[in-house]
Amino acid sequence: MKKIVAKTGNEALAFAMKQIAPDVVAAYPITPSTEVVYTFSSFVADGEVDTEFVAVESEHSAISACIAAAACGARAMTATASQGLALMHEMLFIASALRLPIVMAVVNRTLSAPLNIHCDHSDSLASRDSGWIQLFCANSQEAYDTLIQAVRIAEECYLPVMVTIDGFILSHCMERIEVLSDEEVKDFIKEFKPNYSLLDVDNPITVGPACLPDSYFEHKRAVAEAMRESLPVIEKVSREFGERFGRYYDIMEGYETKDCEVAIIAMGSTYETATVAVDNLREKGEKVGVFKLKTFRPFPHQKILKELREIPVLGVLDRAEPLSSYGGILYTEIRAVLADEKKKPLTASYIYGLGGREITPEEIEEVFEELFLIKEKGKSKEEVGYIGVK
Amino acid sequence: MKRSEEVKKNKEGCLLISWRNLPCGAILTDTKKIRENKTGAWRSYRPIYDEKKCIQCLSCWIYCPDSSIIVKDGKVVGINYDYCKGCGICASVCPKKVQAIKMEKEKK
Repeated sequence: MKKIVAKTGNEALAFAMKQIAPDVVAAYPITPSTEVVYTFSSFVADGEVDTEFVAVESEHSAISACIAAAACGARAMTATASQGLALMHEMLFIASALRLPIVMAVVNRTLSAPLNIHCDHSDSLASRDSGWIQLFCANSQEAYDTLIQAVRIAEECYLPVMVTIDGFILSHCMERIEVLSDEEVKDFIKEFKPNYSLLDVDNPITVGPACLPDSYFEHKRAVAEAMRESLPVIEKVSREFGERFGRYYDIMEGYETKDCEVAIIAMGSTYETATVAVDNLREKGEKVGVFKLKTFRPFPHQKILKELREIPVLGVLDRAEPLSSYGGILYTEIRAVLADEKKKPLTASYIYGLGGREITPEEIEEVFEELFLIKEKGKSKEEVGYIGVK
Repeated sequence: MKRSEEVKKNKEGCLLISWRNLPCGAILTDTKKIRENKTGAWRSYRPIYDEKKCIQCLSCWIYCPDSSIIVKDGKVVGINYDYCKGCGICASVCPKKVQAIKMEKEKK
């Protein structure tokens, strides 16, 4: 029988963490991810989970402790947001290059300054090139399911995985969530059998040696290959999850995109907001659709080509401002994927929702109207559009 | 994916460097090779150990970041200069009244 509970996004992540029961969780609380850590630490304190909880003094130490634990062959997890993720930045590269399967929940929050605790994607997108698999979730149910899948993905690819939810929008809103039993989770994630352990004194190893110009390049090339090979693993794990538990997630999903004339693509919770706008416009007979990109790293370029090539006009919604003077991060990457195609959509870049600014279905409807104008004119919108800026 | 792929070697037994056969995560398992990589060459100060003054508290052995304090049968017997980088931690943790380890300028 399905077990349904009411949980905030953070509680859902903490609950999944409890069921995963990692060997080590090292974390430092930061808004809006604090609740993940304190809920989980209360599970530890109550003896509900047998995890070594390391209360550290900063996020840099949190990820460092996770790296050390993972090098010892432990399942290690943490959670963070915003400045915390930024403080982890240098260690993120070390985790991926040492090929340590750490899983981290990131509750997306904007980066200072000005100081702001609300949602945008500038924190995880700033960690784009660190070699972490990045999975963006549209709701708390997906976050719960994805965190469980992430353990398998990380351990099969030997790459660290970030699972993100939108700060406050999902992290602090209560939703109806279907949870699995502890046994189902345990059975799905399987036992972790690391190939080496730093604590194995009979088989001593060196972790993190110096690799000078004669070999550094080769190690990076190997990580790049692992990232490329992780995409089919992500697909395989989510398919297996769907077959077992009936909840399917694809690396990229669409809503009403079969026959659409204009479409938008977004990451995170905005997908669900946009489906409301799509419904409203479909009622009026306008052929609009929305895509959700779940897997941002590795970048699923072939899937993007397949899904987006036939769309006449595409608006790309970015919840981060890379200050590039050209457009959002997702926009430039999608445009690069489509660049060499003969048949490709006219594109437009939109930046929205910075610092927790709300995005409404009405605003998304306006974007769709603008995309229809682009379709009429037959010319891409060159300047960046800002949704909801005063 | 395999955690560590087989490391290919040439006729002389040296590693063939290719991204395809480097160990996953740059893990080094060949401890013999690691020992050959002597790191004492860049030392500018050298710790001098005095057996007569030593009270065998083993603080230097605990604190040495390079495992360069040689201990036999539970007693400090000397310093391994192949790996000692001359950081001076051993001298600074040696009890003040004892001072069994002193740092001297390295002669080139």
